[in-house]
Amino acid sequence: MSNQKKDILYGLYNDEEYLLKAVDHANAEGIEITEVFTPFPVHGLDPKLGFAESRLHITGFVYGMLGTLTAFLFMTWVFTRDWPIIFGGKPYFSAPAFIPITFELTVLFAAVGMVVTFYIICGLGPGVTIPTLDDRITDDKFCIAFDVTNAEASFTDKLKGFFSQTGAEEVNTKNI
Amino acid sequence: MSAVVSPIREPLVTGGKTYHQITEDICSPTERTPSAAWVLAFIVAVTGLALFVFGVAWTIWQGIGTWDLNRTIGWSWDITNFVWWVGIGHAGTLISAILLLFRQRWRTGVNRAAEAMTIFAVICAGQFPLIHMGRIWLAFFIFPYPNTRGPLWVNFNSPLLWDVFAISTYFTVSLLFWYTGLVPDFATVRDRAKGIRRKLYNFLSFGWTGSAKHWQRWEALSLVLAGLATPLVLSVHTIVSFDFATSVIPGWHTTIFPPYFVAGAIFSGFAMVQTLMIMTRKILKLEDYITLEHIESMNKVILATGTIVGVAYLTELFIAWYSGYIYEQFAFYNRVLGPYYWSYIGMMSCNVLSPQIFWWKSLRRNIFVTFVMSIFVNIGMWFERFVIIATTLARDYLPSSWSYYVPTWVEIIIFIGSLGLFFTLYLIFVRVAPVVAVAEVKSILKAGGDQYIGPNANKTHQGSKEAAH
Repeated sequence: MSNQKKDILYGLYNDEEYLLKAVDHANAEGIEITEVFTPFPVHGLDPKLGFAESRLHITGFVYGMLGTLTAFLFMTWVFTRDWPIIFGGKPYFSAPAFIPITFELTVLFAAVGMVVTFYIICGLGPGVTIPTLDDRITDDKFCIAFDVTNAEASFTDKLKGFFSQTGAEEVNTKNI
Repeated sequence: MSAVVSPIREPLVTGGKTYHQITEDICSPTERTPSAAWVLAFIVAVTGLALFVFGVAWTIWQGIGTWDLNRTIGWSWDITNFVWWVGIGHAGTLISAILLLFRQRWRTGVNRAAEAMTIFAVICAGQFPLIHMGRIWLAFFIFPYPNTRGPLWVNFNSPLLWDVFAISTYFTVSLLFWYTGLVPDFATVRDRAKGIRRKLYNFLSFGWTGSAKHWQRWEALSLVLAGLATPLVLSVHTIVSFDFATSVIPGWHTTIFPPYFVAGAIFSGFAMVQTLMIMTRKILKLEDYITLEHIESMNKVILATGTIVGVAYLTELFIAWYSGYIYEQFAFYNRVLGPYYWSYIGMMSCNVLSPQIFWWKSLRRNIFVTFVMSIFVNIGMWFERFVIIATTLARDYLPSSWSYYVPTWVEIIIFIGSLGLFFTLYLIFVRVAPVVAVAEVKSILKAGGDQYIGPNANKTHQGSKEAAH
């Protein structure tokens, strides 16, 4: 996070329906929204904001494959190269017996890898403090925020007009 | 304005809540001074925990000889308890993962507490193999780490080692899944708090802001974790059943074990969820979130899985007879009519017969009946593991080594104490974290119909105004 503080103009809406309509309105007007904050995942919001599909699942696949290979190759190496032991007359390379652990490590690597990746790309983690605009955003308010640092007064007025047109309950500016 | 109730779908949250009321209802229990009921329950639970600590310390200090295990019956209450707890630990991930994939949106009312229960049950389960090792200070030998003994590796072909990987993976993935779901809700609690509490919850919430992009990634992550957890939850009890099924002991060496164990795990897990939910919704006044619909849905799952388990018991008996293999036939004859016949009766009556009352809708929706049934099922499932483990071992191939087993006081207090451990963790959880997934419940609030709730809902939204009249 940069330490530079920004002037944020934000409006709070009471319902996700108003938020969605407001986002449509902004898109029609060609106003670029800096960020949207909601208390829960609002369905249908992502395409309106132009978000590409998250690629987290691809990383999950890569981590999972890494787990598969780690487990299978390691067990193969141990039982055929490093310390071959015969168990119950079975061949050294007894692939079916390796499947349970291979499966478990696939899941473990994929899950741990994805969760860690998620927190890193979102910039979240233990001890992280990100200043928030309003305490009610995690409760029942839906927020659209614009970065108005060094913006001209006419632009700020246009945004305020946008908020009043779209039924925002409160409009505030905050320096965070 | 009152909520519009859809004529088609039952609302998932009753009471015509607004978003703010949901936050208020679910977060406020963490902010109040604990009730007398909670304090009393906590004292009982901690007493149980103290028993557990004492029993375990006694076992470690004196050795496994303080248990009544012998050369014939080498596994008994310890492994019974282990399998019982692991089985209980299956419902949480089943509810949160499998029901998420099946788009069963009622799960949001119960998934948080069920996942917490999963994690605590797995913690309890994990204690038993560890103390059963005898020399617990060498427990790290079960991990394949480069050591100075060769390195001598663990036996990757052994189901007991598969178990180590399965349980530890299951614990880790459940914990991550649960915590990632908790992060936005911790942020909600944080934003209501002041001072030191705010700092503490800010730490727990990882700095969550509710940004739309974060939510998008959060949903993607939840979905893939659910996709991963689904085969995982099925694999874990499958692998636990391999502990028995890959042996050459008659009565254990059966291919029916994996599906039968998984069904039994879901069965007992849901029963424990019912036990906890019925108490939690009452004490924390969450009847609008954990509704009779939830209880009825879970009772249906209990009925279905209980019946599957019943079919498995009968199949085992039939196959034992049909195989023509005298050792197998004897194992099952002994299971039903041998020295432990009473535990077989306990298992059959609690697991197979008693859940059949849930064919009646009025009983499925009766809270008292459900509560009593949930206890019955848990007793029955404990007996099932005892029947499989102790009865089978008591009569092995050589009549000269036949034996009988009665638990010592140490084994009894360790088992009772493990309940104390479980409830201590659960009671701390209900004080610290929102028991119902706040954000997820908000996202399904309007699932029942076009409910536009809020003071200015009529002001600009003409469509909903018309629908309301």
